Amino acid sequence: MVTPLEQVFREEWGRVVATLIGFLGDFDVAEEAAQEAFAIAADRWPRDGVPGNPRAWLMTTARNRATDRIRRDRAFATRFGVLAAASHAEVPTNATTFPDERLELIFTCCHPALAIEAQVALTLRTLGGLTTDEIARAFLVPERTMAQRLVRAKRKIKAAGIPFRVPPVHLLRERLDAVLAVVYLIFNEGYGGRDELATEALWLGRALTELLPDDPEVHGLLAMMLLHDSRRDARFDDGELVLLGDQDRSRWNTRQIAAGRAELDRALALRGRGSYVVQAAIASLHAETPCDWAQIAALYGRLTHLTGSPVAELNRAIAIAETEGPEAGLRIIDHLALDDFRYLHSTRAELLRRLGRTDEARDAYRRARQLTDDGAERRFLERRLTELAGRPDSG
Amino acid sequence: MKYVMLIYQGTALDEQATLSEEEQKQVHADYQAINQTPGVTPGVPMGLPENATTVRVEDGRTLTTDGPFAGMKEAVGGWFVLEADDLDAAIEVATRHPAARHGGAIEIRPSEVYW
Repeated sequence: MVTPLEQVFREEWGRVVATLIGFLGDFDVAEEAAQEAFAIAADRWPRDGVPGNPRAWLMTTARNRATDRIRRDRAFATRFGVLAAASHAEVPTNATTFPDERLELIFTCCHPALAIEAQVALTLRTLGGLTTDEIARAFLVPERTMAQRLVRAKRKIKAAGIPFRVPPVHLLRERLDAVLAVVYLIFNEGYGGRDELATEALWLGRALTELLPDDPEVHGLLAMMLLHDSRRDARFDDGELVLLGDQDRSRWNTRQIAAGRAELDRALALRGRGSYVVQAAIASLHAETPCDWAQIAALYGRLTHLTGSPVAELNRAIAIAETEGPEAGLRIIDHLALDDFRYLHSTRAELLRRLGRTDEARDAYRRARQLTDDGAERRFLERRLTELAGRPDSG
Repeated sequence: MKYVMLIYQGTALDEQATLSEEEQKQVHADYQAINQTPGVTPGVPMGLPENATTVRVEDGRTLTTDGPFAGMKEAVGGWFVLEADDLDAAIEVATRHPAARHGGAIEIRPSEVYW
């Protein structure tokens, strides 16, 4: 249950932290000050009422906290004869408007000089406002590990001189792709049922469309995530995985599908033809009844061409199997170098099962099960194996 | 920011030896260009790692071995110092180094004062 207060915090956290980092040049002081300001708000607002301009209130309070902290630290620094913080630590005290520096922040968090796990953790912490503990739980690592990851990343930003800025034009495409990859990774982690990560990725995706309204891939990514996420409730029945074809369509979130299609339209209007736009278009076709598998196959062909990804080719095989039959799908799959990829084996198994080649199907299901850690996916594969147990091979 | 830029040749020297005269001239020109980049202080040129001697002291005894501390392929091949605004600027200089595109790499190490 999200209270209005939590809603404000959710919306404002990243903005406050970003602005503070912008003029302090320090992640830790910024985060600490933001945390104090939000704690004061949590204490006062329910009692005294929410101020007219919550953002300005939070920003001012956090800024004042940061100023205090710097003054204390300066005194400390001088006492020990260490040079005080750089001159950009001068905090503008009479500013009435605050620049939105979330974009600078996300580009810093997703800088390629940081390990991808660190990029993800930093983005969730600083922009998303998730606590270290929440991020640790979402990624199934001990809190200490996650805390160290964050500390190390922040230290490197400072020590290595990773800039806090929107990259110049010649770097923008490459760096933006890195940002989108981080958001997509967060979404994918959440796809297996960890809803909080999927929600977070959607939130970040939406923020990016506000910050970069003219980039088609940004809209494409959000469209794709919305369309996939619209099936969230239907993908599981009592905790058990349900395949697309067997899903109860009344449980699809139609409002979200419409929102996803609107984002896709925007991406196409901006002449988007990149990989996220293509994936969004595919997801949009998947939400139609009946599915236009020929068109889906063609789009996966385009995706393979764009990304060179054998996973895209595997998906094309699935679409081809729908239009031309399982053998045609298998012919593609048998050429793919994806032997350690569980979905290759589960897809093969499914097509072999349809062909009545039960023995081969069983082997493929077993191989898929071997490669799967996820509980719901394993149980799904078990069910398939049980169904096949009594069935003779007719292939 | 001050960066120490470490040059790892990897297979770069072998690769460069097979280049045409024209391409070798380009490699030479690229080295020149880096040394003349504002903010760059060239390092003292380093000889081949084959001629390196590695020294350790264990229990007061000097242990001297032939070759570099790291493997031959992982050995440092050279260095220079770069004064730049930020890491992106340093990355940009690194991408122009011939070793980076011929199978070697440039490691960017921020300089640090420990005392």
